[in-house]
Amino acid sequence: MSDSTSTVSTAASASTFLPEVPEWRRMMNRFLGHRGLLMGSIILGLIVVLAILAPWLAPHDPYLQNISQRMIPPVWHEKGSWEHVFGTDKLGRDYLSRLLYGARISLTIGLSAALISGLIGTTLGVLAGYFGGRVDAVISYIITTRLAMPVVLVALAMSALVGGSLQMVIILLGLLLWDRFAVVARSTTQQLRDAEFIASAKVLGASTTYILVRELLPNILSALIVVMTLEMAHAILLEATLSFLGLGVQPPMPSWGLMISEGKAYMFFKTWVIAIPGIALMVLVLAINLVGDGLRDMNAPEGRN
Amino acid sequence: MLVFIFRRLLVAFSVAITVSIVSFMLLHLSGDLAISIAGPESTAEQVEQIRIDFGLDKPMVYQYFDWLWSAVQLDFGRSYYFQDTVMSLISDRLPVTLTLGGLALALATVIAIPLGVIAAIKQDTWIDRLALTIAVIGQAMPSFWFGLTLIVIFAVNLHWLPAGGNETWQHFVLPAIALGYYAMPAMMRLTRTGMLEVLNSDYIRTARSKGLNESSVIFKHALRNAVIPVVALAAVELGFMLGGSVVIESVFSLKGLGQLAWDAITRNDYPVVQAVVLIIAVFYILLTFLADVINAMLDPRLRVR
Repeated sequence: MSDSTSTVSTAASASTFLPEVPEWRRMMNRFLGHRGLLMGSIILGLIVVLAILAPWLAPHDPYLQNISQRMIPPVWHEKGSWEHVFGTDKLGRDYLSRLLYGARISLTIGLSAALISGLIGTTLGVLAGYFGGRVDAVISYIITTRLAMPVVLVALAMSALVGGSLQMVIILLGLLLWDRFAVVARSTTQQLRDAEFIASAKVLGASTTYILVRELLPNILSALIVVMTLEMAHAILLEATLSFLGLGVQPPMPSWGLMISEGKAYMFFKTWVIAIPGIALMVLVLAINLVGDGLRDMNAPEGRN
Repeated sequence: MLVFIFRRLLVAFSVAITVSIVSFMLLHLSGDLAISIAGPESTAEQVEQIRIDFGLDKPMVYQYFDWLWSAVQLDFGRSYYFQDTVMSLISDRLPVTLTLGGLALALATVIAIPLGVIAAIKQDTWIDRLALTIAVIGQAMPSFWFGLTLIVIFAVNLHWLPAGGNETWQHFVLPAIALGYYAMPAMMRLTRTGMLEVLNSDYIRTARSKGLNESSVIFKHALRNAVIPVVALAAVELGFMLGGSVVIESVFSLKGLGQLAWDAITRNDYPVVQAVVLIIAVFYILLTFLADVINAMLDPRLRVR
């Protein structure tokens, strides 16, 4: 396989007398040429680094309450100070430290929920697309049913019963957000089902599991990664919503949605208490979406519309 | 066409039944309802009494069919918390949610379609980029946070509109903007890609080459075809918005279906929760059914499947 591709590319470069551009360089150039993707990756990468380094970067303990230091405004405010760059909340906890630790919660939930739902959705979608017929009918029916269930309401009702916690939110969202994975995996598998490389694997006597996992999956992976970014963003927004309504991550954890909920009572006179975590959420989701859109364009440059 | 409608109706009906089974099971399996209803301070005898009073001691299949049989007669039982039947609670609240959803959808459509058309006509200009930026931000902003921001700006600082309640039409303006902005990006993008695709097609070239002026090409020929998928999407979006209104209604204290569901969830009022989940699912199923029929009417090729 690798032999044939290298002969093709040498032949192409020989005929045009141009120096050969390695594959990674071309990918790199396309990556750098795509402004949205570049911007999204830089912002997302920065947030990931900040989240990982939170214990070393955070100026204060995010859980440390200090009643004498309540509701200090951020530094750009006339009463602000460099001691608490983003100010403090109603319990005197440092807002910047909470924000940094909150990024860990958002990223953990987004990634884990997207992985769980990716596993469920991809399995269902690949099976439906590959086997077709009755299997497809049953799985498509399951997808339709799942789409008809109102996600926010079901998630709220379930977490009220089970009790909100980080793990619960991950499991709930993982079990609810697999629909798009299934739809995309199904349609991409359908397109590849009759491809020659699948047929030749069959002729060689490969088992169905081998064909699905080793031959098919790598070829639909790029489409699934795009869905993964979308669902990560979706899960992060839903976690914030659940936590905002009090049924997601529980206090005193510094979830951004929870910070907005705790600041709601003060928002009329101290706008920054909801503005800061809200903007953080928006920037994170925006960055993930930009990366997702960019990856989609890179997969299909002709469909750049 | 009649066969198509009949088949789709059959699927829609069975999906509704499946959703009712799943939501029933989810609520009954994720915890002991009798204990949740009785509250944490109740004795074992009280829990037993509640189990018998609410029929929770019977087999689950029996409970389900009992509930379903009443539900198809539009009798969802009595609320545990509110001194009223579930049906009268829902019929009180439904108009508010439908008004909100309808207004939000109208707003989203009125902005999304012209913006998408302009973006497609002026592809890769600053107008196009502005439209895409507006869409990308709309997708990244948590709707509850956008709602709070609108309250701070337009209700608290400018005093233009009320911050919460549902007494007059002014009360619906901010929630409709918050919910509509959430639905707008997907519709805008779909209009834009649809327009781009249509504008590059042969029949538009023909229309141009026979000397039609540009506005008649765009409005009479291109838009009509580009808008078909957007109509279907709009129906689906309305379904999503009804489900998502729980967040917006809680932010703006609108007394609609979402607020009712929220009250019921926090008070372990399961008959109400179940009924609201089912009703929103049925609305979604009906709307997707409508979208399918509209699509099939406009595009006969879809009827074959």
